[in-house]
Amino acid sequence: MIALLIRDLRLAFRAGGGFGLGLGFFLILAVLVPLGVGPDPTTLGIIAPGILWVGALLACLLSLDRLFALDFEDGSLDLLATSPIPLEGVVAVKALAHWLTTCLPLALVAPVLGILLNLPGPAYAALVLSLLLGTPALSMIGAFGAALTVGLKRGGLLLSLLVLPLYVPTLVFGAQTVTRAAQGLDISTPLLLLSGITAGSVALLPFAAAFALRINLR
Amino acid sequence: MELRVTDLACARGGLPLLEGLSFAVNPGEALVLRGPNGSGKTTLLRTLAGLQPPLTGEISCPPEQMAYAAHADGLKTTLTVTENLQFWAAIHGQSGVPEAMAAMNLSDLSDRHAQNLSAGQKRRLGLARLMVTGRWLWVLDEPTVSLDVASVALFGRVIRAHLAGGGAALLATHIDLGLDEAKILDLGPFKASMPADLGFDEAFL
Repeated sequence: MIALLIRDLRLAFRAGGGFGLGLGFFLILAVLVPLGVGPDPTTLGIIAPGILWVGALLACLLSLDRLFALDFEDGSLDLLATSPIPLEGVVAVKALAHWLTTCLPLALVAPVLGILLNLPGPAYAALVLSLLLGTPALSMIGAFGAALTVGLKRGGLLLSLLVLPLYVPTLVFGAQTVTRAAQGLDISTPLLLLSGITAGSVALLPFAAAFALRINLR
Repeated sequence: MELRVTDLACARGGLPLLEGLSFAVNPGEALVLRGPNGSGKTTLLRTLAGLQPPLTGEISCPPEQMAYAAHADGLKTTLTVTENLQFWAAIHGQSGVPEAMAAMNLSDLSDRHAQNLSAGQKRRLGLARLMVTGRWLWVLDEPTVSLDVASVALFGRVIRAHLAGGGAALLATHIDLGLDEAKILDLGPFKASMPADLGFDEAFL
């Protein structure tokens, strides 16, 4: 399984691997929003938590359709399915690789982009923490959606439609964590709910995704 | 350790292609599947490899003992020849990457990215993967596509060495690999005659 993780990370960083796609999108969004909304610091400070979370979510969605599609097209998915690694493990490892190459960088640059959006001081730690705890659910739910649509040509649209409703709870509690931190309120409740969604997704969805993949490989 | 298939029926896209198929492959043997395009060779091999369930029938050998090679080689174009092979060796917990490269005449290309290989070289790399799976039964779907005459002979020798080492091979091919001892199974007589009653659920699969 570690070999698969290393291969996926290596592929992401090689030419055409798509590393930086989500990061670039996130950066563009955070730069353009102040230009579109106007320079008023108070307005920006109010919308910053929501914008940053929506941006991270969409950036994460951007690279999802490649998660299994590339392996499906070149035949590696067939070979992985017949390999000694259980397909549930393949799904979990590929979701982890997606998180490491897409979501983790988003969480790390988010504070820098928070400055652009005039995010209030106390919210920075909560922003990074909520992204770190919440985005694994985005990768895992996305892997499930990618597994459902793997056989389809141009399945990206269907994937987005399937996955977006499942992303809503994560978005609500993630943005709520940052908003409450910005207002100086206690953040433990939304943070715990966010972690709960992540834990539940990581525990259950590899099995659902592996089942969907088996059907799509027939 | 043998592959014994009893009264197998399999379908592709909900349409039954083969039925009543029985055969056996023992260690040291090669079995060549013949049949016109669309006769169900690929479907049979995918069923054996565990990628799709059979309609009826039994397969004695679990898919975990088979190394399946499909039409697509499963190569990553941005990885080098060595990296591609090392990945599959690591997945299967095996070593022997240099030996596999030498056997398929890839040693000179070891640092070349797979995207810069010719079609025949890619195929040779895909076939070299079989040697690092450590599995005794090779299930091969048209392994000689885009190989030149010399490479076909090279691969024939690799298969023969695998058979001599107690392995077995099941091949769907139209080309003579020089395996004179191989048994031949014509799929023509096993063509499924009537469309089975697929039931309502099949529409959702």
